Amino acid sequence: MTGKPPKVNDLSWMIGGPQGSGVDSSANAFARACAHGGLNVFGKREYYSNIKGEHSYFTVRAVTGTVRSHIDETHVLATFDAETAFRHVREVTDDGAIVYDPGLGKTRISDVPTIEPRLEEELRTYLIARGLGETLGDMLASAKQRGVALVPIPYSDLLTKVADEFKVDALSKIARMVNMLAVGASFGILHFDFETLVKALDDVFRSKSGIVKMNTSAARKAYDLGASLAPDLAYRLESIPRPEPRLFLSGSQATALGKLYGGLRVQTYYPITPASDESEFLESNEVLELKEPEEADSHFVKDKGASVLVVQTEDEISSVTMACGAALTGARAATATSGPGFCLMMEGIGYSSINEIPLVITLYQRAGPSTGMPTRHEQGDLRFALHAGHGESPRILLASGDFEEMIRDAVHSLNFAERYQMPVIHLVDKALANNSGTIPVPDLSDLRIDRGLLLTDGAGFSAEHPYKRFDLRNGPVSARAVIGQHGTLFWNTGDEHDEFGHITEDPGLRDMMMEKRDAKLQLAAKDIADPIKFHYVGPKDAETVIVSWGSTKGAILDALDRLRAEKASVGFLQLRLLNPFPGEAVMAHLAKAKRRIDIEMNFSGQLGGLIRERTGVDCTHHVVKYNGRPMSSSEVYDAVERIIHGKAEKRTVLTLGA
Amino acid sequence: MALEQILKPQDYATDVHNDWCPGCGDFGILRTIQMALAELKLDPYRVAMVSGIGCSAKTIHYIKTYGVHTLHGRVLPVAQGVKLANPGLEVVAVGGDGDGMGIGGAHFVNAGRRNLDMLYVLFDNGVYGLTKGQASPTLKLGVQTKSLAHPNINEAVNPIWLALAAGATWVGRGYSYDVKHLKDLIIQGIRHRGYAFLDVLQPCPTYNDINTKEWYGGEDRAEMNGGRPLPRVYKLEAEAFDPEVHDPSEIELKASKALEKSLEWGDRIPIGVFYRNEHVPIYGDRIQQRIPTYYTTPPAVQTIAGPRGEPLTDLSKLLDRLTIKPS
Repeated sequence: MTGKPPKVNDLSWMIGGPQGSGVDSSANAFARACAHGGLNVFGKREYYSNIKGEHSYFTVRAVTGTVRSHIDETHVLATFDAETAFRHVREVTDDGAIVYDPGLGKTRISDVPTIEPRLEEELRTYLIARGLGETLGDMLASAKQRGVALVPIPYSDLLTKVADEFKVDALSKIARMVNMLAVGASFGILHFDFETLVKALDDVFRSKSGIVKMNTSAARKAYDLGASLAPDLAYRLESIPRPEPRLFLSGSQATALGKLYGGLRVQTYYPITPASDESEFLESNEVLELKEPEEADSHFVKDKGASVLVVQTEDEISSVTMACGAALTGARAATATSGPGFCLMMEGIGYSSINEIPLVITLYQRAGPSTGMPTRHEQGDLRFALHAGHGESPRILLASGDFEEMIRDAVHSLNFAERYQMPVIHLVDKALANNSGTIPVPDLSDLRIDRGLLLTDGAGFSAEHPYKRFDLRNGPVSARAVIGQHGTLFWNTGDEHDEFGHITEDPGLRDMMMEKRDAKLQLAAKDIADPIKFHYVGPKDAETVIVSWGSTKGAILDALDRLRAEKASVGFLQLRLLNPFPGEAVMAHLAKAKRRIDIEMNFSGQLGGLIRERTGVDCTHHVVKYNGRPMSSSEVYDAVERIIHGKAEKRTVLTLGA
Repeated sequence: MALEQILKPQDYATDVHNDWCPGCGDFGILRTIQMALAELKLDPYRVAMVSGIGCSAKTIHYIKTYGVHTLHGRVLPVAQGVKLANPGLEVVAVGGDGDGMGIGGAHFVNAGRRNLDMLYVLFDNGVYGLTKGQASPTLKLGVQTKSLAHPNINEAVNPIWLALAAGATWVGRGYSYDVKHLKDLIIQGIRHRGYAFLDVLQPCPTYNDINTKEWYGGEDRAEMNGGRPLPRVYKLEAEAFDPEVHDPSEIELKASKALEKSLEWGDRIPIGVFYRNEHVPIYGDRIQQRIPTYYTTPPAVQTIAGPRGEPLTDLSKLLDRLTIKPS
């Protein structure tokens, strides 16, 4: 090695393997161990729409400071199969390392049936150009030519030792443990505190002490071997003091937590990637606990129990309409889905809108159209969510950009649905759902439950003064009764209705009801607070302003840190409320910038189009990506840097990611 | 839930103008539902009538209880959503045969699997009335009602058979012109603890000129009956048919008998109760096993906020599991 001091606590680590081989749990252990060592982590999960056998991989960034995104380069690549090495060796930096199984050296590219023909050809060309053949040994040799450290870990030898130690009669029973061997070896070459891994294994294999022991022993063996094979790698991880607690969670969990906190009591869903995780988390935690109120109040009686009822329905049409039924009784109700399921929900959105039923749909966007790439990422449903359904049906669209926003926006969504009595579509996506990592424990004490004009009884209504669900007299939001309440009968229909909810085709009433529904949206535009509408980072009169929405936030903020460290005058406008559209934020922060860069994870730049439509402001540049792999901060940095220096076309297409 | 004061059937009627065709079989069903609600002394504020789309779906606007007229085929998901969130409510779903057997087919099957404690009444007339008489899923193969260009090219589904296969635990059939008999069936269906399905033969006087009131009444067969109409419809109970599963060991036997009866059509059409089985746990009880406070504090009535609007859900244990302790 060069003798330069190692790079401490700024690591991009990757593990890969066939699906079903424990890639997720090993990455989880790695990330948790880093977190136990005081580091902040950001994890990104990539997988095929497949149960077993196809290639999946997981990257973990581990740093001392803040991390909100992945980068394209990998410093340490942990593999235990040939495919991972073939696919990812080229991403390893010259000063990085590859952990691999020396028994696989003779495997040829063509021996791996799951490598697509296009990639096979690309790899072959790459190796031929370097005067190499087409085995894994050649692939590794290409890395070695660049200076990459090779760390051979003879997995089956180590497993045999573990089997002997724990008297396991067949090696096949512990074959799965190769993943933890790869983690152990990685920590060995990084010379990280092994005790953090012991804690992490305890987390991962909760309450199964035998398995923890065996995995710990296995990881230790690989750790020692790794440490001896790469004593002076350019990258190190060191435990640091971290006096404050942090959360380690995934995006699906974040949304679920927000929904629970926001008083969700019925969630319906139909299984779909990547939305189901949220519903499964809710179902696993269906019995809830209640806090005491903030202040003693003699009139307040706490319920004897609390719960969220999670119902798996026969399809998404049923999910959305069942949630409407539940909402009509006064329960806060929601459903969660992804694009194909959302397609089936459109009639429910219109129904909720015309009947002014509070309904929350959490939309986990994934790569479309049609089935598209079910496990891959996209922000392709902004226009769809905005217009889904026939006719004109007001709805609120709120898009989260990180875990804390997912928690908060879930609460806001439930509040807005009741306050404005209309459907709220909470836009999240595959990247957010499957990312995991550490965040400071959020302070949620400012969040309140706002049930809007919800009647708690039918007092004041009589045969002479009957309750009118869609009363037109007192502003656009009518007092809402719930089914089962005394004195407040109402009717609902998908047809246009009168004030009681009975069918009407009267042109005058039709006008009034259309205007009533739209006026609620105008009300929302007026009284939703700015920090919920948008988030601006950067100098007030930045020369360059990036505008985006949703999960690109992390990559943009990380890229922004680098750009601003280089004294670039650049700001970032994150739009969160996408309907009603916060045009004033665009005018205040974007309109006057010299360069207006729209960054989005879709083909057509949907937000850019919406900005133009709603404000007349045209973005000077568009950075888009639609290959199904989320944007990295390095990609965003490069693209923006080129634009600032006048080296880019109007449209930049990002293409990285395996 | 029963009322102190006596309500009459007309107390369950709204003053909304009824726009069904004169002579529509729907009138009989509407009337019997109002009679049944009165006889059961149900508090209008504790009843949710839920409907799909079509002529039948307008029923809820004519009934003075909570009423939810949903979308085409979606009567069951919405009705189940209401019942799941507030199991103390009495939920009655109504819808047409196209609504339930066609566009809502998946919901029909899956409602059976859940066995919620509610009644679903199918207005079965073999045609799509409101769209001017197309063949519905219950119209028999080869039958040509008056709007059809050709005889019906599809075979009919058998709602009774389908309900049994799907898992409905009370399955009956009524005839809209036998009001007293139908009222008793509706009362039984509401009282049944579980998912009750009631198929109601309901002639459409405008578009179904084959399965008419006269046809069901057998007026065309008077000649073979000494000049008196020989009705096609007959009552199962009149033939001592016992639909009751008295013991779980009888399920196969009783289901087979019910399926056998469901195949009868043409000259002899059975009405009455085909199957009744209260040995299957209802969905609410299944939830109650997992959520011990489900019946006492169901989703609809939970207090989610404190006096100052503060969320009351305590996440501390959940967050604790997700917390990385200081290091």
